[in-house]
Amino acid sequence: MKRIESTFDNLRKQKKKALVAYLVVGDPDLETTLDLMEVMVSKGADILELGISFSDPMAEGPTIQHAHERALENKTTLSDALDLVIQFRKKDSTTPIVFMGYMNPFEAMGAENFCSRAYKSGLDGILLVDMPPEESRNFTRAASTNSLDLIRLIAPTTDEKRIKNICTDASGYIYYISVKGVTGSNKIDPVEVKSKVNTIQSMTDLPVVVGFGIKDADSVTSVRDLSDGIVVGSALVSLIAEGKNQLSDKISNKIEELSSALLSE
Amino acid sequence: MTEEHPILPDSDGKYGLYGGRYVPETLIPALEELDKQYQLIKQDKNFQNEVSNDLKAYVGRPSPLYFAKRWTKQLGGAKVFLKREDLNHTGAHKINNTVGQILLAKHMGKKRIIAETGAGQHGVATATVAARHGLPCVVYMGEEDINRQSLNVFRMKLLGAEVVSVTSGTKTLKDAMNEAMRDWVTNVDDTYYIIGSVAGPHPYPEIVRDFNSVVGEELITQSKQEFNKDPEVLIACVGGGSNAMGLFYPFINAKNVRLIGVEAGGLGLETGKHAAPLNDGKEGILHGMRTYLMQDESGQIKETHSVSAGLDYPGVGPEHAWLKDIGRAEYVVADDEEALEAFKELTLIEGIMPALETAHALAHVKKMAPLMNKDEVIVVNVSGRGDKDINTVAEIEGINL
Repeated sequence: MKRIESTFDNLRKQKKKALVAYLVVGDPDLETTLDLMEVMVSKGADILELGISFSDPMAEGPTIQHAHERALENKTTLSDALDLVIQFRKKDSTTPIVFMGYMNPFEAMGAENFCSRAYKSGLDGILLVDMPPEESRNFTRAASTNSLDLIRLIAPTTDEKRIKNICTDASGYIYYISVKGVTGSNKIDPVEVKSKVNTIQSMTDLPVVVGFGIKDADSVTSVRDLSDGIVVGSALVSLIAEGKNQLSDKISNKIEELSSALLSE
Repeated sequence: MTEEHPILPDSDGKYGLYGGRYVPETLIPALEELDKQYQLIKQDKNFQNEVSNDLKAYVGRPSPLYFAKRWTKQLGGAKVFLKREDLNHTGAHKINNTVGQILLAKHMGKKRIIAETGAGQHGVATATVAARHGLPCVVYMGEEDINRQSLNVFRMKLLGAEVVSVTSGTKTLKDAMNEAMRDWVTNVDDTYYIIGSVAGPHPYPEIVRDFNSVVGEELITQSKQEFNKDPEVLIACVGGGSNAMGLFYPFINAKNVRLIGVEAGGLGLETGKHAAPLNDGKEGILHGMRTYLMQDESGQIKETHSVSAGLDYPGVGPEHAWLKDIGRAEYVVADDEEALEAFKELTLIEGIMPALETAHALAHVKKMAPLMNKDEVIVVNVSGRGDKDINTVAEIEGINL
């Protein structure tokens, strides 16, 4: 069984929701990213989403934009990110890792070349923000032949007909963008999220996670019962922006806060 | 019988391999709706009349086709005619597009207008039509461009627009476009994004081309009147490529007419400091489209350089990418120095001060006209006037205004 599937299976058996934690690879450097990945898993992160830096991250708010810029200042590449997965897998063979990024760096490596290297490195899924299903033929094929899950996005603006189409060739899980806006936005509406997630769940058996705008225990509490998991990005990345001093402790505390908010009654 | 080109874009919004719709899911439904509304309204007689009335009475069309007699004599070859888009209201071709798109925005019931701008010409053209229709307008502009185009920034503010300084990335046009996309994704319900070039996700390249095609269409009539044949050569500068597309499009099936786009050579192609993706770029994806891009081996978009803010863009409209691949249009470069020389030359010999963007096209006229026969005709699109560039030119000359 694929790692993503078995992770959600186990969580379901324990009646738990998934905590998906996001960082940008190479922000502030590769060594720190590896350390933080291990810290996050030890404190309760169930899935790691690793941002792949791009010069023009069109869907990101300022917090994650700056993280992309810091990673690019270090000349972090997609190859570096794959090497990081190899390093991580030496100690952890069960936590799923998903790359989240923009198409151009992946295209530059080539869909097939990337996917076969990714599989050998121990990557589990990819999520390309600017690749709607209509433009994804090459990556869908390459991901599927290399056992990678292709995570699809659904937005508040996506209508039912489109949700159905998107679910048809999705795998791993569905990522529901909880607000119209960029990452780190601030106005999540639990009622709207609930109704949309219900619609999605009526059309697919895949787990649905909710992201954008979840940053603390309160926002976790407001959405945790609506879906199969939550994604936290900007709240973690903003801690990295503060500098390396006590970073590992700060990330560790944040993950504990979110993780216990996911559990509490 | 000449072979007709297929009508593009195709049903996927593609021009051959290029174009398409590579944007976050949140925007896909908005783009589908825009496409649907545009396809309907462009057939509508009332809409067509409204656009053509505005082009006539508000923009001042048709723009003249002017015979540059003294310059022709000096160059000693082909007759050079100037298509005077610099005489349009607001001083450039950009208004052809904004006049049309704002009517589309109103038809769609949108309450707020946003735009990106490089040189500020599209920003001014957008702020102008927003003022005229009483809609609030936000223009995103790179910090570096704000510094070198202060005149246009002030014009936009006078027109009631909010100009937002973009400090991310390279602080130029591409980053302004990223920021406008972020605004759109956040305010997609009530906001209309007026893209200023034949770039971005489908259907923008098509919409912007169609509204600018009035330039080439007028030229068909004017050519008959002025020299009773098609011109041998059409020349236009290419950043995103809207003025070139507007000039070329009505002539695509006229195979006897050579179409030449001039990219910004910056400090020279060999230095890598330029903005010429069709001459020295590689296929990739940016701003919602597949096209030629200036990028490094890892797929990161490279910093561009051009003396003209309006050409300082690492990508190019997808239809140009396609015209290059099929060999229908040729794409060459003129560097900063050649453009400045042409800027000064046209100003002195014809009393017409062109925009620095346009000056790139004029630089190629200088190279080409002397090699052609005296009965042949070159038409160059004078896409804008140079008032906005006097600070840049003065600075290069070391003159303190």
